[in-house]
Amino acid sequence: MIETILFFIFGAFALTGALGVVLARNPVHSALFLVQTLVSIAVYFVLEDAQLVAAVQVIVYAGAIVVLFLFVIMLLGVDRVENLQHEPIPYQRPIAILLSVAALVMVLVLAGGTWATGAHTSRGVPVNGGASNLGGNVNRVARVLFTDFLWPFELTAVLLVIAVVGGVALARRSSHRPPPIEAPADETEEVPAR
Amino acid sequence: MTVTGNYYLVLAALLFTIGAVGLLLRRNVLVMFMCIELMLNAANLTFVTFARMLNDIGGQVLVFFTLVVAAAEVAVGLAIIVAIFRRRQGATADDIDLLKG
Repeated sequence: MIETILFFIFGAFALTGALGVVLARNPVHSALFLVQTLVSIAVYFVLEDAQLVAAVQVIVYAGAIVVLFLFVIMLLGVDRVENLQHEPIPYQRPIAILLSVAALVMVLVLAGGTWATGAHTSRGVPVNGGASNLGGNVNRVARVLFTDFLWPFELTAVLLVIAVVGGVALARRSSHRPPPIEAPADETEEVPAR
Repeated sequence: MTVTGNYYLVLAALLFTIGAVGLLLRRNVLVMFMCIELMLNAANLTFVTFARMLNDIGGQVLVFFTLVVAAAEVAVGLAIIVAIFRRRQGATADDIDLLKG
């Protein structure tokens, strides 16, 4: 019963937040609406016995990613109000809404049937917690993450390093970049070798 | 009345659709990025819901990988946006059309 009440309250929060992200004319307001949706989804994670994921959601998404968005908005000074009426590509909006509704219908139809993996969706079956006697949520996640998913987990470290290097390389000011000496040097070295 | 797993899936589908609409409608690249985050979050909600419905903790582990990909994407994407904005003021997604020829 309490789950039902919380589901609908935070469902309304999440949907209004998502609509706010799309409809807000000021990017700062969009970012704040995004926080509302992210926190509502974190509440859902708690409802679904995923406490660790909920904590990470709040810390990483609402804490880090949205703050990064706000930093960039402030840094660039683009917190101006955007004119939503201006439509540069004709008929873009009706077609976009039509396509999205088609995608929604497709997902809902798929959710009511049999999945591609052969697993049936448990329509009408109450969700049972899935709690086992393996310990708490953190224990179970950690056991799977560091055994079955160890190789992907290590690969994420590589991905993050690449992202950091790419971010630094892209966001660096071009005036601070050292003069391009590599390309001409290679050419002058290759010419005598020929 | 009991909340079943399908309720969560329908909510996630709605959030995903709203994110897709925003991605298609908005021209501000930052807002488009936020809509992508919205869609990723809807996928995360689906993962956790299936982890509970199928009683498989792997869904929750996959959320972490989605999170890492989202973080990497935001870092690189915002760097690209900063680089674009430094070059030209007030660029929206429709102004970046050099590839159009």
